[in-house]
Amino acid sequence: MANYLDIRDIAFSYADGTRVCEHLSFFVSDGEIGCLLGPSGCGKTTLLRLIAGFEKPDAGEIYLKAERLANQQFAMPAEQRNIGVVFQDYALFPHLSVEKNIGFGLRALSSAQKSQRVNEMIDLVDLAQEAKKFPHEISGGQRQRVALARALAPRPKLLLLDEPFSNLDVELREKLGLEVRALLRQLSTPALLVTHDQYEAFSIADKIGVMNHGKIEQWDTAYNLYHRPATKFVADFVGQGVLLRGRARHDGHIDTELGPMLTTNLPLGKLHNGAYADVLVRPDDILHDDASHAQAEVVHKAFRGAEILYTLRLPSGAKVLSLVPSHHNHEIGQKIGIKLEIDHVVAFPVV
Amino acid sequence: MSQKQFNSSRISRFFTTFPSLTLALLLVLPVLGVLFSVFSQDSGAWAHITATILPDLVTTSLILVALVGLGVVVIGTTTAWLTARYEFPGRAFLQWALILPLAMPAYVMAYAYTDALQYAGPVQTMLRELFHWQGKADYWFPDIRSVGGAALIMMFVLYPYVFMLARVAFLEQSPSLQEAGTTFGYSRWRLFFRVSLPLARPAIAAGAALAIMETLADYGTVSYFGLQTFTTGIFNAWFSLGDRVAAAKLSAILLSFVALVTFLEQTTRQRSRYFQTSKGRANRTPLSATHRWMTTAICSLPLAIGFIIPTLILLKQASANDALASLLTTRFATLVFNSFALASITAVIGVALALWLAYMARKSKSGLSANVNRLIGMGYAVPGTIIAIGVLIPVIRLDHLLVDQLNLWFGTTFGLLLTGSLGILVYAYLIRFLAVALQSVAAGLTKITPSMDDAAQSLGATRFGVLRQIHIPLLRPSLVTAALLVFVDVMKELPATLVLRPFNFDTLAVHVYVLAKDERLAEAAWPALAMVAVGLVPVLIASRQITRQAN
Repeated sequence: MANYLDIRDIAFSYADGTRVCEHLSFFVSDGEIGCLLGPSGCGKTTLLRLIAGFEKPDAGEIYLKAERLANQQFAMPAEQRNIGVVFQDYALFPHLSVEKNIGFGLRALSSAQKSQRVNEMIDLVDLAQEAKKFPHEISGGQRQRVALARALAPRPKLLLLDEPFSNLDVELREKLGLEVRALLRQLSTPALLVTHDQYEAFSIADKIGVMNHGKIEQWDTAYNLYHRPATKFVADFVGQGVLLRGRARHDGHIDTELGPMLTTNLPLGKLHNGAYADVLVRPDDILHDDASHAQAEVVHKAFRGAEILYTLRLPSGAKVLSLVPSHHNHEIGQKIGIKLEIDHVVAFPVV
Repeated sequence: MSQKQFNSSRISRFFTTFPSLTLALLLVLPVLGVLFSVFSQDSGAWAHITATILPDLVTTSLILVALVGLGVVVIGTTTAWLTARYEFPGRAFLQWALILPLAMPAYVMAYAYTDALQYAGPVQTMLRELFHWQGKADYWFPDIRSVGGAALIMMFVLYPYVFMLARVAFLEQSPSLQEAGTTFGYSRWRLFFRVSLPLARPAIAAGAALAIMETLADYGTVSYFGLQTFTTGIFNAWFSLGDRVAAAKLSAILLSFVALVTFLEQTTRQRSRYFQTSKGRANRTPLSATHRWMTTAICSLPLAIGFIIPTLILLKQASANDALASLLTTRFATLVFNSFALASITAVIGVALALWLAYMARKSKSGLSANVNRLIGMGYAVPGTIIAIGVLIPVIRLDHLLVDQLNLWFGTTFGLLLTGSLGILVYAYLIRFLAVALQSVAAGLTKITPSMDDAAQSLGATRFGVLRQIHIPLLRPSLVTAALLVFVDVMKELPATLVLRPFNFDTLAVHVYVLAKDERLAEAAWPALAMVAVGLVPVLIASRQITRQAN
């Protein structure tokens, strides 16, 4: 079944009239981990709340496993949806121990089945030592795992995660992200994650929707978001890079300061001869080449260990970024030779 | 049901906010009535009052406030600083025991000390025997029944407000601040006055404001000492001169003083947010041997004067034969029952209302509910005397209307129905003490985040299930605390009870007051001790929190 979770034409506004989204559609396939990525305030958390059943859409439909969860007239109550949610603040019940928290959603089971399932989940997230402890007695990372185990214990049809790692430090974030992905794969539970952190999205999700002002600008794999962004917003929000101004030629090439480039994203004829266009140049597209005629001045450098990220000024004054192995050490103010090596030339017409 | 549906219809919004607005109005109305009485016509007593007792009354009240304010700041700050920053024998005990005087109603302490220090009391008798004085003419002994005496008693009962707030402020000051000061070559004293004290100033001011509001509200002590203050003036205007409007006008002046103090307290509180410094474990400085014991002595003194000595005096009186006999009478049992019944009823109603108001505020996104709750929260600042006057004026009027109407319908004569009923008494208590319940319940409710509701729901819990499995267990401690605080406050409340109680209906507080006024101190000992015991309950709750902070 292709469309496991199917969001069709959803519209939602708050009681005070603030519009969150309109005509918004996307879907998540069975066993897939989807992600809504966007800056804060773009409406991604509200979308999650609509799917969980905490809010009701003004228009549009939500289907899960071909069952209708909500439309304009009807909304299945959250408690009947069997959708697990991991909240940003974890929302663990402070008066219940770790095992009681995990067992909270298992009301239909006999007590023997219940304790068996709780133990299973506790082992799965490796919290056997902490089972009897209370939420305030365990660490942030452990709380996160309790929240995950609690949401997964009733075998939900779908797991929703709202900025699940934002309260953790960066190192733990990466580690837990991979753990969560492995866990969801193991249980083959489809999931939808919401985050503003692209690295979090990259480490967990199969498909990512980049959201901006209540619209999904692109729904794609991480690779495509980075290399083939559909809009300027996606190009800017995902990864680093600059837009270099150029002019279109009749043969589809765009002339830039760094030479002509053949666009891969715009069909021939879309840009008429002589029209201005912005070409996306990523830091890894610009290589260091002492033999090159093209020269640029180092204006800033950030040491990253294995690499150095240089900010370079071209003769026209435009700036580009260049990621270079760190043995190429240059001083600020120095002129260096550069060479463009770009696989997918992504250009956006200038309006 | 989503938030939006809930808010969508104006009519439903009206029906959800209407009851809470009505309740707020009912609670605020008596105080407003007092304020508006300023514009009504009195019997001429007002002119008399302004000419004769008003200047005296203002002076006495202000002197009392100034002395108590100064006293609580000195005692409270000193003890707070010493227990927060130094290690000395008995510190762990004193850091919670120093709040015990709060359990002692000021008027009870006044009776105890008056008994001990009067001419026939043990202190003067002992002095006479020691120095072979024959009579009053041979020596001078300060009269406890004076403004100075009242101020001393109140400062030793009320300093814990400053102690508690200042202690937390001192503990919250990061040790690195001290260290930073030391790098500039500041001495210990200079550090205290240049760094620690200014940082704790908002907390100290807030504590002093609370003590001053209690001082302004006091009726028992000043009336027992025969002092002319606002509260006694209000009583006299009403019951001696029989002029309600004059009493209300005096109340309005007192109310404006209270409002001023509340305002000052609120503004310092607000500023105190900017004074917050990072939390750090304050390391306590050990002291040299002599200094150690001196510090122990200094910190024990307020505890001794404010709690231990008066309790001992009461216990000694209580152990006398006739006092013991009074304990076994049905009269005493009735008193205890009356007090418990009134306090329990008010506590239950108060907590129920507080629960409802707190949930309304949590649910509604408009600021209205929150503002209603803020307004109700101010009731605690209104002196009981003013609430009594404010309730009585409209109730008597309503009562007469009601009786006239009933007489018209049924042709027989009815007595006043509402005046002097327990319902009116509970109403008056709620105006003052609903604030206490509301604060406690609202604080408890903030611990239940909205995402906890959502989490429980997403795990299959129904609305009722969320309430039963999450809200009730999490709120229970706050509800118990709220009920206890209201219970104790009602037990201790004197002036409103004195004015509004049904005929021949005595509570422990009223009984203690009446007996003491009649100089029957020995008989008052047991009821007084009972009140102290009840007063210990919230103090022990607070002290548990203090111990928790310390660990």
